[in-house]
Amino acid sequence: MITIDGLYKLFDGKDVLRGVSLGVKKGEVIALIGGSGSGKSVLLKHVVGLMKPDRGRVIVDGMDMSTLRGRDLTSLRDRLGFLFQGGALFDSMTVFENVAFPLKEKTKLNDELIRERVFNELENVGLSGSEYKYPSQISGGMVKRAALARALVMDPEIMLFDEPTTGLDPVIGAAILNLIDSCHKRLSFTGIIVTHEVPKVFDIVDRVAMLHEGIIWVDDTPEKLMSSSEPIVRAFVGESANSSIRHQSGNTVVPQRSQGEINEKI
Amino acid sequence: MNYIRTLGAVSLVYLRRMGVMGLFLLKTFFYVFVPPLKFTRVLKQIRFIGLQSTSVILLTGGFAGMVLGFQGFYSLSRFGSDAFLGPMVGLSLIKELGPVLSALMVTGRAGSAITAEIGIMRISEQVDALELMGLNPYRYLIVPNLIAVVISMPLLTAMFDVIGILGGYLIGVKLLGVSAGTYFGEMASYVDMKDIMEGIYKSLSFGVIIIWVCCYKGFYTGIFTGFGAEGVSKATTQAVVMSSVLILLWDYVMTSLLF
Ligand SMILES: Nc1ncnc2c1ncn2[C@@H]1O[C@H](COP(=O)(O)OP(=O)(O)OP(=O)(O)O)[C@@H](O)[C@H]1O
Ligand SMILES: [Mg+2]
Repeated sequence: MITIDGLYKLFDGKDVLRGVSLGVKKGEVIALIGGSGSGKSVLLKHVVGLMKPDRGRVIVDGMDMSTLRGRDLTSLRDRLGFLFQGGALFDSMTVFENVAFPLKEKTKLNDELIRERVFNELENVGLSGSEYKYPSQISGGMVKRAALARALVMDPEIMLFDEPTTGLDPVIGAAILNLIDSCHKRLSFTGIIVTHEVPKVFDIVDRVAMLHEGIIWVDDTPEKLMSSSEPIVRAFVGESANSSIRHQSGNTVVPQRSQGEINEKI
Repeated sequence: MNYIRTLGAVSLVYLRRMGVMGLFLLKTFFYVFVPPLKFTRVLKQIRFIGLQSTSVILLTGGFAGMVLGFQGFYSLSRFGSDAFLGPMVGLSLIKELGPVLSALMVTGRAGSAITAEIGIMRISEQVDALELMGLNPYRYLIVPNLIAVVISMPLLTAMFDVIGILGGYLIGVKLLGVSAGTYFGEMASYVDMKDIMEGIYKSLSFGVIIIWVCCYKGFYTGIFTGFGAEGVSKATTQAVVMSSVLILLWDYVMTSLLF
């Protein structure tokens, strides 16, 4: 579904990406980890065509993102959801209007149905009661969750999350990962989750790719990664060796609760 | 040798930016004629650019007319021709001062705000978010402004002219003693429809300049003009300076063409 081939990107004389190759199959969800400033956000922006590669290609569903234009690009983007690291909510609109916006502009649903969908989506991310606040009036974590609701409300086939849980407390963070997982089960989207939430995120992904020094340093299953002996990988998953035992014994780190329970907690 | 190379590189950068700026205007015009039009946004921008500028236009127009009344009277009475105060005030306002001054006021009041708003949307990735939803940023952010300014600008200029003529009347007739019949009578016989059309053409083109420059500067904040809050403030300053200068340059070009 997503094929990244030899992606190279230079910023002001600094090569951030130096030949990244990565494939994500249809319905697969992978985690993308890596140090701060290693180019994870830049990589995601190439996948959606917001940035153009200096060399290499990004193929999404058989289409080359660097040459795709006009109607083809629009119709591909209609099937795609993107959670920006900073949220990128429209700050002149309320939370409700933000989440309703893609529905209003892209679908023919009537106001009643849109209202229902939006309230439902906001309840899922635990934002009931803040529908009519403006982005500047809610906390950073709430902005993140509102942005997540906006990205998920169109039921995308491809979902890219840029740090969905950063800035959230552990309880809400776990609930959000859980929400992403249940959405994946419902929609079976193809996804990339950029995250520092190691190893919690390992329970909901099929593979983990690690970006280091401008290339995909490791690309493996969570289990293999946990038992890796490579120093840089160990530094990342380091002290979580004991939780890998938990993982193998089948216990999920993200507690499975009903949605109502999560909302009570939030 | 190095010197020439630098010169070449710098001119290439500016040439490229001019190209981008020209393309920006072409794209905006393209999306004006390609539906769907975001009608509620057009109304919102008419309210912002047009309606909310009226008070500042009335105020400056009134004072401009009053100053013209004074200056015109003293100049003309030296030649004993103060009877022509009406045409003098009317023609200067309708052909020059009305379009130019109201365009400068709109640049300062609405243009700067438009640059800042679009610039902030750009640096906080809201423009990217719009694009990723498969929605065209030109259609949502630029076109409504262009349509709104094309509707508002001639009306604001007309208001400026009318209140200016009344200001001139107040000074010339009420204060300095020119007769009301002479003031308006001579004005009516010397001001042609052609003069009024000239004013309208000017105000329309100034409006397009304002939106073109201000939206362009906002849209390319963080790409051509620095990052963050400083980038937005730079873009805003540049937008105001550039559109003011372009308005005066274009005014010269139009005047010499229409003369
Ligand atoms: N528009 C840009 N112009 C110039 N350099 C950029 C731009 N965007 C990103 N960079 C550079 O690319 C590098 C990678 O940035 P990126 O935002 O992808 O990091 P990241 O891996 O997402 O980090 P984090 O985990 O902190 O979000 C940084 O060194 C940054 O300075
Ligand atoms: Mg990032």
